[in-house]
Parts: sequence; C-alpha cells; structure tokens
Amino acid sequence: MQICTITSIALAVGANRILPAAAIPYPLGSPDLSPNQEKAVRRKLVDQALAALQCHVDKQTIFNA
Amino acid sequence: MIRVVHYLNQFFGQIGGEDQAGVAPRAVANPVGPGMALQAALGSKAQVVATVICGDNYFAEHPQPATEEVIQLIRSFEPQLVVAGPAFNAGRYGPACGAVCQAVQSQLGVPAVTGMYPENPGAELYRKDIFCVETGPSAAGMRQAVSAMAVLGLKLAAGEVLGTPEAEGYLPRGIRKNTWAEKTGAARAADMLLAKLQGLPYRTELPMPSFERVSPASPVSDLSTATVALVTEGGIVPKGNPDRLESARASKFLKYSLEGIEDLSGAEFQSVHGGYSNVFANEDPDRVLPVDALRDCEREGKIGRLYKYFFTTTGNGTTLENGRKFGQEIALVLIADGVQAVILTST
Repeated sequence: MQICTITSIALAVGANRILPAAAIPYPLGSPDLSPNQEKAVRRKLVDQALAALQCHVDKQTIFNA
Repeated sequence: MIRVVHYLNQFFGQIGGEDQAGVAPRAVANPVGPGMALQAALGSKAQVVATVICGDNYFAEHPQPATEEVIQLIRSFEPQLVVAGPAFNAGRYGPACGAVCQAVQSQLGVPAVTGMYPENPGAELYRKDIFCVETGPSAAGMRQAVSAMAVLGLKLAAGEVLGTPEAEGYLPRGIRKNTWAEKTGAARAADMLLAKLQGLPYRTELPMPSFERVSPASPVSDLSTATVALVTEGGIVPKGNPDRLESARASKFLKYSLEGIEDLSGAEFQSVHGGYSNVFANEDPDRVLPVDALRDCEREGKIGRLYKYFFTTTGNGTTLENGRKFGQEIALVLIADGVQAVILTST
C-alpha cells in the first residue's frame, strides 16, 4: 500500500491501496507538534496503513483519514 | 494583439527552489524566465501581459483552492490565451499546469496550452481535457517546447481548426473523428498484420495506455504473524549518502539494514531527494520512513515483525521505465524473503 500526499499521482500510476499523507516534505510527520504528539500522528497513519492492508479491495481505493 | 497570461512554478518563476515551494499564487506584470522565450516565439501577434506564479507544494497540497486563486489572478488580466509551463517531467508542476489549463478553459472560456513529457503524471491526468505539447524530460528542451506551445497557442487563440495530434505536436486526447480512408478497417488491419509479420514498421490506430493496471493484492490475513516491509521513494539514505543515490532521475534503488534500529535518527540518516525541502526529513527521517512507529507495532504484537531491510530510491523525475524496473526487482527480493505486506511512502 502507498502513503502519499498527491493521491492523484498514485491513482494515475496504478496504486491500489492509497492513504493520504500529511504533507510532501513530511508524509508521516507534523513538525509543529511536540515530539510525542507528532509520533502519535505518525502512529495513527501507520495504523491506518496496516488497516488498509487487511481490507479487501477490488479496485483502486483511497483510504480517507 | 492577443493578450497572453503565462503560468509558472516558483522555480521557473524565479522566486526560488524547494525552500520556496510553499509560496501562494502571485502575479507579476510581463514575462518572467521561460516567458522571455515564449514572448519571442509568439512574435508580434501576441503579448505576455502577466505571469502568475505558484509554489509546487502549495499547489499540490491544496489543488482546489490553489486552482481557484490562480484562476482569479489570471482572470484579472483578461487574457485571450493562457500558457502554462512547460513542466517537462516535473511531477508536481505537471499536474498543476494541467489543472490550471483545464480550469482556464472551463471557467474562463479561454484557450490554454501547456507542455509536458508524456510520462509526467499530469499528462495522464489531464491530456484528455487540455492541449499539452509533447516535450522532452528536462528543461534542456525548453526552446523547442516553448516554440511548439506558442505555435499551437496562436492557432487556438485564432480559433483555427486543428489537425491530428501528430501533425500539431500535442499529446493525443483520445478523441475520435470520422475521416475518409481509402481502405476499410479490415484491409488496414490486414496490412498492419502483414507489415508486422515482415518486420516492417506499422502504426496502430488504437494505442494502448502506457500505465500498467495490476489487480489489487489480497488482504493480509493475519498481520500479527506477518513480516511488513518499508519502501520509500523519499530518498532516505545513511548520512553522507555512501552509495551515491541520485537526488533526481534515479538510476538505482538501494537496500539498507534496519537491524537494531528502533528509531531513525537525523544523525545517522538523511534524505537526498532533490524534489522537496529535506529540512524536516533530515531532522527526523521517521517523518518519511516510519521505523519508530513500526517498531512499536512490532513490540505490541500488532505485526509479526518489521522486515530487516528497507529499500529506498528517489522518485524525482525518475523515468517510468526505471520505476517499473525498481518495483519489479524490489518485489522479487521481498517475496523471496517472505514479506507479506509493504508500506511504500512517497514525498
């Protein structure tokens, strides 16, 4: 599965499980938050990615946050 | 005199590089950067009255509001033609140019033209709706690209009837027009087959799309026993880039060990990707390759284990051909090592 910010590119090139990321320079980060809060944001995205991997999909799917 | 507005990103608009990729749309009078060559190619029939510039990240991260802001700026100059780019093979700039051209046509009713390398994701996304001149992959092809865009733009502004995409130099839009042919379809197909059998050149009348579609993989049945791998195109490498991964147009991917690593530290890893500001990734590479979070999942038993290596490359102007090859080779290793799930992170 792919975590990326520009989901339209992931769709164009054929990715099937797509999770929108935080931002281009820090897809799994949030530099304005404290380190602990930021890690929680990252963990949430990773948990969503793991959930997407366990989901049955029969076509290209964007898993919305 | 045809009034022309030119759209550029922050780089070609001479505001700055990746550190300025977040700048909001702004307008300046007269041509800037490639706009000089555009004005020269347009000659005396048209004048570039303004340049609208927007940062690559600003546009890519908020495409809808960015399009609206850009359109408002463009509208204020009352153009009769809008030219965007060329974007060559730039992966954020291309979709932005495509979105601007599409909105200019539909919202302002004004003709628009851009230019891209056929593999640019923006071409795949927008070619059916816009006029996109085929360019080379890099700005080395600027002169030819701008000149072709000017010729096509002037024709569009004059309302001329265009010839085929091949004749006019723009990417096919998937539009079929009825024309008279000397031979029937059956005879033409037989001619093509005969040419193919004899090894002679022939041209299909229905080209197949170039992006591959793959069937979605089955879901992972039990993550708690699965090996999960991390792959990135965000250019994360050991500090100092010992194997010299390219910052753009990557010719290779690399594999590094994650054994004993609980958390990616900026002291030991960095990003060499030349297509985004690396400040945040260099401070904490977990922001691109989330090793710390996956180690937690591993400890909690949520996943079986994190695969002991990660794969990395730079997805910045990388050709489709190379990207496909990297993907196939990485997948072979992952399958051989019993990996059941992969998280690919992209910047």
